[in-house]
Amino acid sequence: MTAIRPGSQPPVTAPDRSIALIVLAVISSALLLISQESSWLSRLPSALANFLKNPLVASLVLTFFLANLLFAYRWNASLWAKLLVGGLSLFLILPWAGRDNTSVLDLAIQIGIFAALSLGLNIVVGLAGLLDLGYIAFFAVGAYTWGIFGSGQIGKVLTYFKDNSANNGPVVAVGGLVLLIITALSLRAINRVGGKRTPVANWAFLLAALGLVIGVTLLVRGLVMLAAANAAGLTSGVNPNFFWLFLILAIAAAASVGVLIGLPVLKLKGDYLAIITLGLGEVIRVLANNLGTYTNGSQGITPIGSASVPWFNSLAGAIGFSPDQYNLFFLYFVVLIIIAVIVLANMRLDRSKIGRAWIAIREDEIAAQAMGVPLVQTKLIAFATGASFAGIMGVIFAAKQGFISPESFILNQSISVLSMVVLGGLGSIPGVILGAAVVTILNISLLPSLGEATASLNLPPQVNPAQLQRLVFGGILVAMMLFRPEGLLPSVRQRRMMHEDDDPSGNMTPQDSIAGELNPENAAEVYSPGVATRADNERGGGTQ
Amino acid sequence: MDFATLAPFLVGVVISGLVLGFVYAIIALGYTMVYGVLQLINFAHSEVFVTGAVVGFEIFRVLNGVEMNGYLKLLIALIAAMVASGLLNILIERLAYRPLRNAPRLVPLITAIGVSLILQDVIRIIEGFQGRFDLTYQLPTGFSTPFCGPESSCAGVGKFLGGIGISLQVKEVIVVLVALVSLAALNYLVNFTKLGRAIRAVAQDRVTAGLMGIDANGIISLTFLIGGALGGISGVLFGLKFGTVNAYSGFDPGIIAFTAAVLGGIGSIPGAVLGGLVLGVIQNLIGVTNILGGALNIANLGVIDSSYQRIGAFLVLVLILIFKPTGLLGRSNVEKV
Repeated sequence: MTAIRPGSQPPVTAPDRSIALIVLAVISSALLLISQESSWLSRLPSALANFLKNPLVASLVLTFFLANLLFAYRWNASLWAKLLVGGLSLFLILPWAGRDNTSVLDLAIQIGIFAALSLGLNIVVGLAGLLDLGYIAFFAVGAYTWGIFGSGQIGKVLTYFKDNSANNGPVVAVGGLVLLIITALSLRAINRVGGKRTPVANWAFLLAALGLVIGVTLLVRGLVMLAAANAAGLTSGVNPNFFWLFLILAIAAAASVGVLIGLPVLKLKGDYLAIITLGLGEVIRVLANNLGTYTNGSQGITPIGSASVPWFNSLAGAIGFSPDQYNLFFLYFVVLIIIAVIVLANMRLDRSKIGRAWIAIREDEIAAQAMGVPLVQTKLIAFATGASFAGIMGVIFAAKQGFISPESFILNQSISVLSMVVLGGLGSIPGVILGAAVVTILNISLLPSLGEATASLNLPPQVNPAQLQRLVFGGILVAMMLFRPEGLLPSVRQRRMMHEDDDPSGNMTPQDSIAGELNPENAAEVYSPGVATRADNERGGGTQ
Repeated sequence: MDFATLAPFLVGVVISGLVLGFVYAIIALGYTMVYGVLQLINFAHSEVFVTGAVVGFEIFRVLNGVEMNGYLKLLIALIAAMVASGLLNILIERLAYRPLRNAPRLVPLITAIGVSLILQDVIRIIEGFQGRFDLTYQLPTGFSTPFCGPESSCAGVGKFLGGIGISLQVKEVIVVLVALVSLAALNYLVNFTKLGRAIRAVAQDRVTAGLMGIDANGIISLTFLIGGALGGISGVLFGLKFGTVNAYSGFDPGIIAFTAAVLGGIGSIPGAVLGGLVLGVIQNLIGVTNILGGALNIANLGVIDSSYQRIGAFLVLVLILIFKPTGLLGRSNVEKV
């Protein structure tokens, strides 16, 4: 096995492509603006205008434009060119194109939302190696946190409690708080006993956890009862300026749910964890569907407000946005800021002590534990961090759509986020953002426009290309795992790991034969980090 | 509601839960056998099973006008579904899992999810080109009639059941019989033949089995064939029991059957059957009494809230994995370093 040699990459010898980058950026920006601006489009010859108006072409033009950002990141060009192209594209051209056609801004916001989700899932799956198939549940928690309070729903809930409950709000709230404190303390005590869990400790843990959930429920219920008197003042939701507060609250709510879900299941491994998180994700969705009093059930909550920032709105008005687009324009910039913060946080985490602990756990739990990494705590932090990114974007999503229902948080969404992470490269920040962009564009722009383009073929409605998401996501997952498991833009660490065993001369042992099994590099008994199978160690349940 | 009316009702719920449980058991066997040899959750098994259901639907549809004994049609449907699902499962293993035999464990798991999604759309498109989405089984006459309802006069078990007010349909009896026959056949194959011994050897230790002269890859393919064939059978049984399938209907029974396999102890064949039966009954009880929906809703018996049924299966799974991760009949393994 070749040792991992830091800094052993061959020197980059790509030519300077500043000029090419700028030329491409100008061409694609011009194409985008022309194809989106109806006043310019009408001056073109009608054949060309029709060609540009074709949904498939328009969508490809947009993709081409966004690809510029990738080139700016990847190509060897001087810094000023990169910053110029990136800055102008994000802050000038894209909002400009979105002025006439809001679907452009909508797509950009959606890409931002999913990029943040993938960055969050990347921490859980890519860094800590915990396959979470119910990730979208945290997104749902964030979305419902703002959805309930930012719409008339909170008024309805309070009215319901005003009409249907006795006047014992303080008692319930205090009782809930006491139960919460007692159970939280006992959970801590049980955990501190540590060591090997006996059945008694397990039952005590379950009981205490149950008590904790009941305590939280009672506390919330008591507080709602106390607040019920204010129902009349909240018929259209809380003051929009609370939006900023709820961004923080959603982070807290999603992180708490992450910890709550994580506590019982994080001692499981790999495939068990995957199926349990899948199940709990579904549980959250079903709860959203069935707790009609709070979430309005399958009909969903609408309309959901958004923050109103007067000076920003007048700015938007001054540069030609119509009032119904102020919100999108505003959220676009909010998303940009949040993404910047999240990327920064991710980069810091990646190189921090906790980041290394996550990677250690991913590679070998037992070894990590032996080196003094606290397993449960570290995994919980991964879960909570990942969840918090989803929570904050849930608020943005609710504010952008103005409507949320349990249908937005189905299992397929979790899997599409997973496919973004896998496509871009597990553990790689730029890769994951690229994955999010590619899958979102496919999903929202290219596939539907393909559907419109093939409308003339008179296919049965069951085979409309707009509904090929599953095929596309599935294809991405399988193809990437088979042919390029490190992703499109792999992190340096991951790329070295995946190709650690590659023989420089290219004559690899065939892996699918018994001979391959006996090759000490591949046999189950030998641990080469990240490559060896762990079949024998993980059979049959897998508590620690 | 007094005991005299409640008791037979609950017995009826348990019996129909057992019928459901047999379907789950056969699906769970597909998961457990693959897990036994590869330690991989074959997420695509739910689509293998739906493939069986679709093939069964097509056979019954084609044979609908043909003058033929209904049971012969059923036999043809079962065999066709077994062949189709078995071959599909082998194909999946060959293309998607075998190249990744030595990759980190997350990798084949993600591939399995991907294959599952691809198959869902492929099935949907194949049926979609004929303008169909929901496939309603066209069963031979006589399959949906009561086997031994309160009115009919019959002897033995049927008379007893009829006496306490339980009615089963003929197709439900068929489901149980087919399931029992396949279980017996599988039991014989795994425990009393040379091939079965090879499967058990590969499940225990692939490398050493290879050293003993067993073609491990061949045996793994064979296991996928058997698991797929069981998936095909369960697909047809599912179609018989519920009457309607579509490309996406594999998810719920798939997840419940996987829970059943874990409940029984994954890798254990009797465990999968036991788990399936237990979950079938639990699920019916949850659905009927709606315990999770809030109050114990005995007054509205018979109103089944299917979304809570699903939660029930997941909660069972969480509880087992926390308290007895090896399942009811599974061996406990000490982790080696």
